Amino acid sequence: MSTDTDHGLEITGDVADDQRRDRRIRRFLFGCTSITVLTTIAIFAVLFDNTWGFFFDATFSQWVRTSVLNLGVEGLTQRVSFIEFFTDTEWRPSHADDPRYGIPTLLAGTLLITVGAAFLAIPVGTAGALYLSEYASVRTRKYLKPTLEILAGVPTIVYGFFAVSFVTPVLLRPLLEIFGLSIGRNNALSAMVVVGVMTIPMVMSISEDAMNAVPDELRNGAYALGASKYSVSMNVVLPASISGVFASYILAVSRAIGETMAVTLAAGATANFTGNPLAEVQTMTAYMVTSARSTALVGSITYQSLFAVGLALFLITLVANLVNDYVKRRYREVYQ
Amino acid sequence: MSLDTGSDLLSDVDLTWVKRKELLFHVLLFSAAMFGVAMLALLIFDILIETAYGVLILGIDVGTFLTSGASRTWEQAGLLPAIIGSIWLVFLTLILSFVLGVSTATYLEEYAPRNRTTRLIEANLTNLAGVPSVAYGLLALGVFVNGFRMGEILLAGALALSLLVVPIVIVASQEALRAVPDGMRNGSLATGATRWQTIRGVVIPSALPGIVTGTILALARAIGETAPLIMVGAVLEARSTPDPTSLFGSMPTMIYYWAFRPVTEFHNLAALAILVLLIILVGMYGLAFFVRNHYETRV
Repeated sequence: MSTDTDHGLEITGDVADDQRRDRRIRRFLFGCTSITVLTTIAIFAVLFDNTWGFFFDATFSQWVRTSVLNLGVEGLTQRVSFIEFFTDTEWRPSHADDPRYGIPTLLAGTLLITVGAAFLAIPVGTAGALYLSEYASVRTRKYLKPTLEILAGVPTIVYGFFAVSFVTPVLLRPLLEIFGLSIGRNNALSAMVVVGVMTIPMVMSISEDAMNAVPDELRNGAYALGASKYSVSMNVVLPASISGVFASYILAVSRAIGETMAVTLAAGATANFTGNPLAEVQTMTAYMVTSARSTALVGSITYQSLFAVGLALFLITLVANLVNDYVKRRYREVYQ
Repeated sequence: MSLDTGSDLLSDVDLTWVKRKELLFHVLLFSAAMFGVAMLALLIFDILIETAYGVLILGIDVGTFLTSGASRTWEQAGLLPAIIGSIWLVFLTLILSFVLGVSTATYLEEYAPRNRTTRLIEANLTNLAGVPSVAYGLLALGVFVNGFRMGEILLAGALALSLLVVPIVIVASQEALRAVPDGMRNGSLATGATRWQTIRGVVIPSALPGIVTGTILALARAIGETAPLIMVGAVLEARSTPDPTSLFGSMPTMIYYWAFRPVTEFHNLAALAILVLLIILVGMYGLAFFVRNHYETRV
C-alpha cells in the first residue's frame, strides 16, 4: 500500500473544479458500466435478428427497414418452418438436394454429453468437496486447491486433444474391447469424460465453499451425540450446504452445455439423433464451430443457421443461470 | 452409579462395522478428490509423450517450429505467426478489459447507489459470466466483422475476447476494492479530497495487487480461448505474421487445425504447440501467484 499521499491528493484551491471533474469521472465510469449491460442486449439482438433471417428471407432489421418503415408491409417468405426446426430429427444443412434443419438432433447431442459429464462430475465433485472440507489436513488442502485451479485453467482445446489422443485410444478402447464393443476416433463417450473432468473443479470448489460456510456448532453438536465422521458429513454438512452444492451442479451443467472445443474435437461433426454414447454426435456448439470454419457466406442460410443455433444455446444457458440465481437466493441458508 | 456399568455398556457395542464403513468412506472421498489430480497428471503425461515422440522419433525441429509459419508439410510447419497473433490478442485484450473492467468495478463499488438499477447491473454481470464463449464469437461476427464491416481481423477477435473476460476482471477488481477498509477512504475524505482523488490516490493503489492478479487470470483464460476466434473467422493455417488490422491466427486455433489433419505427424505438432501454450500459461499463473503473495497487503 502506498503511503505517498501527496500525489493526487493536493487540494489545488479551486474546489468547484475538483468537484466538476469528480462528476465527469463518475459519468465516464457509469458509461463503462453500461457497456456490460449493452453487451447482453447486443448478444440477444444479434442472435434474434439473424435467427429471424434464418426462418424468413430477410433479417429482422432488414424486414423492418424495407417493409414496415416504408409502410408497405410485405408478407414474409418462410425458408424454414418452425415445425421442421423444432421437431425434425435430421440436421443436414449442407445436403445439396434436401437440406434439413431439425434442432432436436443437435440438442440430443448436447444433452447426451451434458448428462454423461454430469454423471461423472457431480458424484466425484461432491465427494471431493466433502473430502476437502471435512477430512483433508491443512497441508493437503494447501496443495490440492491450487492443483484444482490449474485443472480449471487448462484450455478446453487441450482437453479436446487429450480426448482424441489419450482418452479414446488408451483408456476407453481397451476397456470396451473387454465387452466386445468398439469405438471410432470420435465418440460421445470420450467427450463426456473430458467435459466431466473439466467441470469437476467447478463443482468441487463451489460445493466446498458452501460446506465451509456450515458453522462448526452444527458439526460439534452431532459429534457430541456420538456421530461418526461419515454421519456428520452425510447427515449434517451435506444437507446444511445443499443449496450451494446444488448451485454448483447447475453451473457445471450450464458450463457443459456451452462447452465447445473439447466436444468438437472429441465427439465429431456428424449430427446424429441418438442416445448411444459410443456413436459420433454433434452438439450445438460443435456445429457452430465446424460451420463457421467453412466460411459460410454472409446472408446464406448456413450463416444464419449459426445464429439460430446460437440463440437456442443462449436461451438454454440463460435459463440455467437464472435457475442458479434463484436457487442461491431462495434456498440460501444463513448462519449468523 | 458406578463407572463399571458405563464400560460394560460400551463393551456391548460392536464398532467394527462402523469403523470399516468409516474407512471405506474416507478412501472413497480421498480417491474422488485425487481423481482430478490424476487426470491432470495423465493429460500432462500424454502431451509430453506425444511431444517427445514428435521431436525424438519423427525428428520435428524445434528451431524451425518456433521460427516459421504454417505449411502443407509437417517438416516445415511452425507456430511463429500463431504465437505473434496470440501476443497481439492478449495485449489488446489486456488494454480493453482492464480499462473497462476496472472502471466498471470502481463505479459499482465506489459510486453506485444501492438501488434496483445497480442490482440489475450486478445480476447481469453474473449472467454474462455464464454465457458460452461461442456466443461472444457470434456477437463479434454479427456486430464487428459484418455489422461495422471490419472484416475478419485480429481486432475483432480481441474485442470478442475482451467482452468475454471483462466479467472476470470486474469481479476480481470488486473484491479487491471491497477489501480496502473504509477507514482509509474516510481518512482521505476528511482531509478534503474529493471522491475521485480518494479513489485514485488511496483506494486503487491499495487494491492494485488484487486487480492485477485478477487481470492476469482473465488473460490466461483469453489466451486459451478458441471458439470465439473461429467464429470471428480466424485463419486456421496461420502463415504470415499478423497485426491488429490483418487476418490472423492464434495458438489455440493452430492447435485445433493440426489436431484435425488426417496426417498423424500433425498431431505431434499440435502436442508441441500445446506444450508451448501450457508453458506460457504456467508462466502467467506463476506471475499471478507471485503478485498475490508479494504485493497483497493485509490491512
